[in-house]
Amino acid sequence: MGDQNPEKMLVKGNEALAMAAIDAGCLLYFGYPITPQNDIPEYLSKHLPPLGGEFIQAESEIASINLLLGASATGKRAMTSSSSPGISLMQEGISYMAGSELPGLIVNISRSGPGLGGISPSQGDYFQATRGGGHGDYRMIVLAPSTIQEMYDLTILAFDLSDKYRNPAMILGDALIGQMKEPLLRRRPEKIDLPPKDWALTGAKGRKPNRLKSLYLQDGELSEHNWKLYQKYERMKREEVRFETLLTEDAKLVVAAFGSMARVSKSSVELAREEGMKVGLFRPITLFPYPEKALHDLSKRVKRFLTVELNTGQMVEDVKLSVDRDVEVYFYGRPPGSLPTPEEILEEIRKYYG
Amino acid sequence: MSGDRFYYDVIMAGFGGQGVMLIGNLLAYAAMKEGRHVTYLPTYGVEMRGGTANCTVVISSREIGSPVVERPHGVVLMNLPSLLKYEQRVLPKGLLLFNSSLIDPKEASRKDIEVLPVPVNDMAIENGNPRLANMVALGAFVEKTKLVRMASLFESLEKVLDERYRQFIPPNIKAIELGARFVQSL
Repeated sequence: MGDQNPEKMLVKGNEALAMAAIDAGCLLYFGYPITPQNDIPEYLSKHLPPLGGEFIQAESEIASINLLLGASATGKRAMTSSSSPGISLMQEGISYMAGSELPGLIVNISRSGPGLGGISPSQGDYFQATRGGGHGDYRMIVLAPSTIQEMYDLTILAFDLSDKYRNPAMILGDALIGQMKEPLLRRRPEKIDLPPKDWALTGAKGRKPNRLKSLYLQDGELSEHNWKLYQKYERMKREEVRFETLLTEDAKLVVAAFGSMARVSKSSVELAREEGMKVGLFRPITLFPYPEKALHDLSKRVKRFLTVELNTGQMVEDVKLSVDRDVEVYFYGRPPGSLPTPEEILEEIRKYYG
Repeated sequence: MSGDRFYYDVIMAGFGGQGVMLIGNLLAYAAMKEGRHVTYLPTYGVEMRGGTANCTVVISSREIGSPVVERPHGVVLMNLPSLLKYEQRVLPKGLLLFNSSLIDPKEASRKDIEVLPVPVNDMAIENGNPRLANMVALGAFVEKTKLVRMASLFESLEKVLDERYRQFIPPNIKAIELGARFVQSL
């Protein structure tokens, strides 16, 4: 597929994500404008129609997610994007997609809350993304890019995983990753083998009609459906976990951070190494499935973890759930407003390095 | 960051319309062309709608952590509000390049940094196009810091400028050279 030696581009994270959607074969977009993700609809509104795709600015986020549900039901790749308050409005539809086992990409270039909040970078939507957000016992695949290249690569992966598991997937970024520019190699991915979409609503001519629904009223039917979903999530936990480690081999303290904060933390870890402290970094790339086993294994050697987040404490709960019982888990958080500098995180590292 | 590693960060700021985003982009693109790691972070949203526009460019020999910079090595400031906001944040021994056509040099107070006033508006007007003041500033900044080769800047223009403006590449190059010559003549 395409050019395997592309020239380096200098693009915004949001633009890289939009390019990835096109390269993943997603030609259907539905959304309602909101800062700081508007570069995504801006790019797609220009580039989808000439490709024969469809760009629809919906009347609301509720309409967007239900357009996505409907488009996915036809077996086509489709997506929506929004930012925190808009994603809140979509939760009912996401739950219906999970219940109906429909794929589809939902992008949250989050802003700061609660409520209307502000447009500065925040990681305050971690709980909403990883704990469902909508009603019912479901899970969503959640990927957290940390670079512009990952905005591209993980968007393509999100479409693949979403199709593979017939489950909605989310890219969780923030204003920092969405707005900044960094070099991108638009290296179109190799196609992977995915199950045929024989469940899709394509017109039942010559075959039995397909039914897509999330309503199960017969005796035992819903319980069976929930167990089926559970098995799917368990399989994701076994097969789809992705994470990055840096300098953890000899580490006495490991910083755990995702997305934008992971890149700032990476600088802090390097500064700590320059001071002779044995510090490493653990960066979950999949927020669901969470890399709990990898973190647990690491905690057999490393007894101090410092979780750094752009909120007042969310992912730290998953770190605590994952590590061995005799491990100390410290936390450094920032509510929205300003990003910590690498030096400020270094200060925290010094405090807990002991 | 120490040793033979290379690291530099700069904040560029001015009124919306003075073209600071464009010169930030151009600098980042040129550095990328030369094989550096780069990040470019523009302001967006509320700040963009009135007040100052600014962008932060980081150029490094290694992967870049934070694209947000609190204390930059250098600043390029095109108007007084930007000077008031950013002068104090420059690292000691850093560089303050400002537009002395619009900012009275007396406004700059730091003694522990290098101060470089450049009358970019006047120079651009003299050169025939006041809109290229940003390029004059970039030319002066790059001549002073040697962050990238001039040729890299010139070659990057066609990538960074919208297609509609490609015809203006020669005058942009001329304006960059004007800024560079100003610094050479000091």
